Amino acid sequence: MDENELNLRPNQIPEELKGSIAVTTLDRIYNWSRRNSIWPMMFGLACCAIEMIATAASRYDFSRFGMEVMRASPRQADVMIVSGTVTKKMIPQIVRLYNQMAEPKYVIAMGACASGGGPFKEGYNVVPGIDRFIPVDVYIPGCPPTPQALLNGLITLQKKIDSESLKSVRWYQKGKIEPIPIPVLGPDLIDPRQSPLIKELCQSQISNVSPAGTPENLEAHHDNQLD
Amino acid sequence: MTTSWIETQLTEYLLERFGEAVQPDSRPGYLGFLVARNKLLEVCRSLRDEFGFDYLSSVTGVDYHPEPFMEVVYHFYKSTGGSALVMKTQAPRDNPTVPSLCSLYPGADFQEREAWDLLGIRFEGHPDLRRILMWEGFAGHPLRKDWREPFFEEDAKPFKSRWPEGHFIRVEDNNPYKNNVSYPPDFDPGKWVPDKDELLYGGLQSFEEDSEIKTERIVVNLGPQHPSTHGVFRMVVLLEGERVVDLKPVMGYLHRNHEKIGERNTYLQNMPFTDRLDYICSMSNNFGYALAVEKLMGIQPPERAEYIRVMMAELTRFLNHMFSIGFLLNDLGAFFTPSLYAIEERELILDIFEEVAGSRMMCNYFRFGGVARDVPEQVLDKIKTLVHDRLPRKLDEFERYLTHNEILRSRCEGVGVLTPEQAIALSVAGPVLRASGVPYDVRRADPYSIYERLEFDVAYGIHGDIYDRYLVRIEEMRQSLRILRQVLKDIPNGPVMAGKPQFQVRVPPGEAYGRVEGPKGELGFYVVSNGKPNPWRYHVRAPSFINLTSLKTMAHGAKVADLVAILGSIDIVLGEVDR
Ligand code: SF4
Repeated sequence: MDENELNLRPNQIPEELKGSIAVTTLDRIYNWSRRNSIWPMMFGLACCAIEMIATAASRYDFSRFGMEVMRASPRQADVMIVSGTVTKKMIPQIVRLYNQMAEPKYVIAMGACASGGGPFKEGYNVVPGIDRFIPVDVYIPGCPPTPQALLNGLITLQKKIDSESLKSVRWYQKGKIEPIPIPVLGPDLIDPRQSPLIKELCQSQISNVSPAGTPENLEAHHDNQLD
Repeated sequence: MTTSWIETQLTEYLLERFGEAVQPDSRPGYLGFLVARNKLLEVCRSLRDEFGFDYLSSVTGVDYHPEPFMEVVYHFYKSTGGSALVMKTQAPRDNPTVPSLCSLYPGADFQEREAWDLLGIRFEGHPDLRRILMWEGFAGHPLRKDWREPFFEEDAKPFKSRWPEGHFIRVEDNNPYKNNVSYPPDFDPGKWVPDKDELLYGGLQSFEEDSEIKTERIVVNLGPQHPSTHGVFRMVVLLEGERVVDLKPVMGYLHRNHEKIGERNTYLQNMPFTDRLDYICSMSNNFGYALAVEKLMGIQPPERAEYIRVMMAELTRFLNHMFSIGFLLNDLGAFFTPSLYAIEERELILDIFEEVAGSRMMCNYFRFGGVARDVPEQVLDKIKTLVHDRLPRKLDEFERYLTHNEILRSRCEGVGVLTPEQAIALSVAGPVLRASGVPYDVRRADPYSIYERLEFDVAYGIHGDIYDRYLVRIEEMRQSLRILRQVLKDIPNGPVMAGKPQFQVRVPPGEAYGRVEGPKGELGFYVVSNGKPNPWRYHVRAPSFINLTSLKTMAHGAKVADLVAILGSIDIVLGEVDR
């Protein structure tokens, strides 16, 4: 959005003051200033991170979109680009980093892995998509997405920011925003929000009654524990 | 395979001296010896001290379920060159215990821990046998053949549901938690106490106090989210003031179950997965895997394909070294400017990859018996311009800025020293090994493809410090260009595939170990086939992973800032470290 787009009523401004005055809404100027300075968190997970670096480098150069400063600290970052495969061993740290980011904060799932597990989805240490734990604003397909695709994702995020309103944004609502519970590394990854379900299902496995799913599911489930 | 005089001698000697305990492995397609567990250390000591097999390249396990045993496979080499000596030892499956080789070959450390973690093989006498890729407390040993992941569908691909009809199912829908998890029966999350890393932190302090000023020791965690760790790698360091007195690397944050997935995949399906090991050098990874499977199949690619392969591998080496030096400079504090120079050249090479393979990074270009498609004439021209003009010019420029730069030299010289003896004992490979004064390069020591007829020198250093590693990489880039010039001059016309392209290759039973000199070091693929469309065992000897064994030795006594530079000089890629 350039200056003219920011200005809602250019015709009503006296000629001599054009260039120094703009008439606009609070929402517009608020979003305009935010969308042009989105600092990503410097944080790479896997192969996609290399393409993210390439996007930051001179040929594609995402600083043209106001993202020139990558911050290593979550406190100073506006957007978390989840660039790669999220593993169970790593997810507690990622959720913690997300919780530590200050509002307004956004998440981009870059690539097939971050969006849904990608080629490694079936792996025993892989989280099939970061959106199981943290809310995602923009998904970028590709394995890895090309720098152009990442730029397109960033522009999509800017559009999303443009459409927000001070009245409805999450961080100006009443009440506290609860942090996302940190997953725990147990015999397998434990999502604290699922604890009651896990307990119930594990108990029922012993007594062999099936509360959820079909009997085969449960059987397959038993097989997992052969070891 | 022809056996040389020395090998016959060795066989005779081993059989004679150890009698029953050493047997030639007589299974069809298998090589080497089977050694009784209780004699393993003795045999290895004799191999190392009397026969010069001082370099333990790879240690891994194989689960032969439903047979009642597990096997540990060792590949030994001489640091002066030559082919492998393969040894195996078997242990009962219900309680597999094997003596640890750490006392003889410290480089076995991480690899044995990996075999314990993933296969549950216990190594007696290992100084620190903890899980390495998964976390303490994880249920089961996932690479065992009867262990099934939560998203298990079938033992082998292609899955019946998807092929040939092409239906798909959402695996989540079959899982009661709608997620990639499963728990043992009677598990109660409320009572679970997660591992507090007590073993990890308790294990620090192994070095003696040797400084005069005593200060309080503190433990610092660098990573897994830390800008200097090149991804998701964690170092736990024990500091005395600013000096590192002990260090333990922690990895597995990017463990993507490459091997488990690889054993479900068909042979060809693994090719794109190898791209994602060391994701900076996908072409070299393809190369190693193709070699291993071709060894098993007994086929040879046509001439033109060999030339194309070498061409791609050397371009990859160039871009990797460029990249790694750029990022070493990042670690030294020259934030991002040298990297920008490096990435500029990298982009040009990626353009070529994109043109021949269709993708910038994940090339998936090699096939068994050749390469996927030919290199068009106009791309060859592009490569020629790069090799004859642009890259040498840029390399000179790079050197002009860096090689005699005072800051670079004073930060790098004499820091992170690894002696040749240590390097060999720790199974270090690649530029790190050569910088320590061991001119060992698989392309020369055990030539594959057409390297035998190409002229190039093996770059090596003298001091074994960061600066020598830097110099070795620079020199290797020059040698790569030299190789490329020869290849471009001699590349013949002809087909690029032996026979018809096949989606389902027939691989006879047996085992093979294919290794190439990847940019980061010796990259090996150990493949066991039982004649089915899927590999029975698929293991990657990852140079980044094994080179990390030496981090502790190099870092001892260094300052924290130097530690970061030392890590940068090893040049790791987490995709390969954790697989
Ligand atoms: S989406 Fe592909 S390129 Fe990206 S992290 Fe996953 S495997 Fe790597």
